[in-house]
Amino acid sequence: MIEDPLWADGEIDLADVVIIIGKVIFAFAFLMITVVLFIWFMRKVISDMQNRIGPNRAGPFGILQTLADGVKLFMKEQSIPEQADQRIFKLAPYLTLLPAFLAFCVIPWGTQITIAGNTTNLQVAEIPMGVLWILAMSGIGVYGVMLAGWASGSKYPLLGSIRASAQVISYEAALGLAVIGAVIRSGSLSMQSFVAVQAWDGPGSLRDWLIASAPLSFVIFVIAALAETNQPPFDLVEAEQELVGGFHTEYTGIRFAMFNVAEFMNLVTMSAVAITLFLGGPNGPGTDRADNWGALISFAWFVGKLWIFLFAAVWLRASVPRLRYDQLMDLGWRKLIPLALVWTGILAVIKVGRAEGWEPGIYLPASFAGAGLVALFIYACMPKRELVPAPSGRSVPSGPSGPSGTGDTSGTSGIDTSGSTTSGTAPKEVAHR
Amino acid sequence: MGLLRRSTSTTATNDESGAPASGDELDPGAPIAAVASHSDAALHRQTDEGSQLMRPSKAATDAAVREIVLTGELWPEVDPDDETMIVNMGPQHPSTHGVLRVMLELEGEVVLRLKPVIGYLHTGMEKTGEELTYVQGGTNVTRMDYAASLFNETVYAMAAEQLLELELPPRAQWIRMLMHELNRMSSHLLFLATNGMDLGSTSAMIYGWREREEVLRFFEKVTGLRMNHNYFRVGGSAADLPDGWQDDVLAVCNSVDYGVAEIDELLTNNPIWLERTVGIGVITSAQALALGASGPILRSTGIPWDLRKEQPYLPYDQVAFDVIYAESGDCFDRYRIKLMEILESARIVRQCVEKMPEGDYRVQDRKVTPPPRARIDESMEALIHHFKLFTEGFKVPAGETYAAVEGPRGELGCYLVSDGTAKPARMHIRAPSFYNLQTAGAMMHGGLVADAITIISSVDPIMGDVDR
Repeated sequence: MIEDPLWADGEIDLADVVIIIGKVIFAFAFLMITVVLFIWFMRKVISDMQNRIGPNRAGPFGILQTLADGVKLFMKEQSIPEQADQRIFKLAPYLTLLPAFLAFCVIPWGTQITIAGNTTNLQVAEIPMGVLWILAMSGIGVYGVMLAGWASGSKYPLLGSIRASAQVISYEAALGLAVIGAVIRSGSLSMQSFVAVQAWDGPGSLRDWLIASAPLSFVIFVIAALAETNQPPFDLVEAEQELVGGFHTEYTGIRFAMFNVAEFMNLVTMSAVAITLFLGGPNGPGTDRADNWGALISFAWFVGKLWIFLFAAVWLRASVPRLRYDQLMDLGWRKLIPLALVWTGILAVIKVGRAEGWEPGIYLPASFAGAGLVALFIYACMPKRELVPAPSGRSVPSGPSGPSGTGDTSGTSGIDTSGSTTSGTAPKEVAHR
Repeated sequence: MGLLRRSTSTTATNDESGAPASGDELDPGAPIAAVASHSDAALHRQTDEGSQLMRPSKAATDAAVREIVLTGELWPEVDPDDETMIVNMGPQHPSTHGVLRVMLELEGEVVLRLKPVIGYLHTGMEKTGEELTYVQGGTNVTRMDYAASLFNETVYAMAAEQLLELELPPRAQWIRMLMHELNRMSSHLLFLATNGMDLGSTSAMIYGWREREEVLRFFEKVTGLRMNHNYFRVGGSAADLPDGWQDDVLAVCNSVDYGVAEIDELLTNNPIWLERTVGIGVITSAQALALGASGPILRSTGIPWDLRKEQPYLPYDQVAFDVIYAESGDCFDRYRIKLMEILESARIVRQCVEKMPEGDYRVQDRKVTPPPRARIDESMEALIHHFKLFTEGFKVPAGETYAAVEGPRGELGCYLVSDGTAKPARMHIRAPSFYNLQTAGAMMHGGLVADAITIISSVDPIMGDVDR
């Protein structure tokens, strides 16, 4: 763990307190502004991808649209269903919003800055177990969603909250295993240690970035983080076409807005975590300067990387259909978790092998072979999904043939059923219950 | 193809089901599932609108084939002690396509049974049709299937023309065919848009609507309205095609080709899309026939039944096009069929541009179609004709008839009874959505809620057409 240099002198004076308060306010403002801008950005980018104009009334390019929406929602009546559990119903939005912000507190958004002789990390709080804190907060965040659905006293929100809890619990495991991959490489759970390990020292430091040494962990982390934050294509929790609004069907006004803000806050936080763990965090060319310009450049790098991630999330949102509930579970439990498990084992062997000075020509193939065996074992132990044959009873033979002979103007073409698309005898997979 | 009897007569029949009468060749070999009666009581209890039994009525139970259809098959066995939840999806719900209400019996997320409940848009349009003259009737029927209104107008006009024994001039027929195919394109694009939307792909929705807009813009140019055109009337159409329509139509075709290719690229090979649609909502040809399903639903089960080929009504025998059909009867096939039918329609439209004959766009019988506006100022007779036509209408010889066209959703028919007056004694529309919607229950084989949405979306019901 790397101590915040602010505490190096061993005592807390007024300047330290002011700096800490300033950092908290800055972090909150940064997160809120990012979320507000992101909602506008998302709508604008999706509009562009769909040949629409998008919001363009409030402010230049409609940039104030989110604020206008917020003001409108704030003014609206907050209805509470008769069947609802009043207290939990009111509590739930805060339970969602608070962890979303708390998780962001451990993210380093820059290197070190010196203000009036006091040097400090650009980070609200450095916790020795920073990574665990993030996992814990994203786990607690689901309580808000779950309780909101449960307390609404309505059927669609209930289904939404069931989906939410199942989804978050399932992907927590894959997310944790992906994080372990990064932790093995960095050797510490503290967020500052990730910054230190990936510190910029010329273009050669790109190899120090953990995406280079644990690429599969990065991929698993991104998929699991998307699922954890209920982003498309994993947004089953609020699937409008199925569950109307999911867990927030019954919410109106500012409470509804809080759920929305929390959702995007989680996305921003998870993107920030992905950057910190795998993409060098705030490090980049220019951040090796010792003065405050280095801090500013590092902050710029952090924001730039963050927006690349956010853009990717928007891109996904515009492109892909939504997964089904059982397919989501399938992806989590049967694909991501075994993969992450095996991959983490390989990383651990490599780490130990390097430390002990083993012969790379022996332990590397051996670890992959071992991982392959473990993967086979997991696959063999996996319960098979129940297969029920598709209903039979069709008697029309396959193959294109003309239904009627009206000369050269007539013809009948069957759909090309090549590849994995479809075939008449394909077994239908039913969901496990 | 040998298995289907080709109807030799091009005249209409009274066969309302639209199913080919070839029972000996179609083997309803599907296993018959037991009627899950234990949960009927629960279903009954939890509704406030009286009997909502899903079990077939006593009169229907003896027909084994109906049992398959009404109860579905391969539904998971349920322990009667298990608690199930009834969810009334709709009439207000984002993906029930209007005011369809779907009763879902859920165990967790698994849908045990699905039952569409209709009637929320019932406005008695068939009864209204008996109060309107044949001149006015078009405004009524056009509002039934509002996504494919030109088909409704045509089938009504065709039935009246059969009773009047009118033979349309070639150009009037070709205009109808051209507009039909354009309307089929717009209707199928609407399906692609909503189908994509229902499965969570918002871009597909916008892409579908964008191209549909091009078609509607052309409709506005021709008919004056984007929907509910009242363009096809007894004896032809209300107006000729505007100058330069060829260029507009070709531009529409090119734009639609491009848009369909884009949707195709976005969805067809998308692994998530395939997982969501392949093998979902499977229906057999026997079930589809027993329920009277037609159009893409019937064609997705391997029966290339298309009235445009089976009973050519407009000059469809003079254009080259393919009937698209598939074998597995799942949601993916229905999506793909409609996607490819758009391209076939564009093919027909391009041939219409080439082959459009010159001549009258309506019959020059002043007892049926009004005189040109300019003649009214010059001719007393024209003025009288105009006045009589729009006040009393024209009398249609007594008799009954059935006319049918291949609408975008299936066989759209009009059964018309005339008692010799200017108003029909009975007007019944065989609405494809109404019959197709009943297949939804048979398509549901114990999937999840998301599958129910996929199935409803794939049936593509237009509630105005269902309830009339």
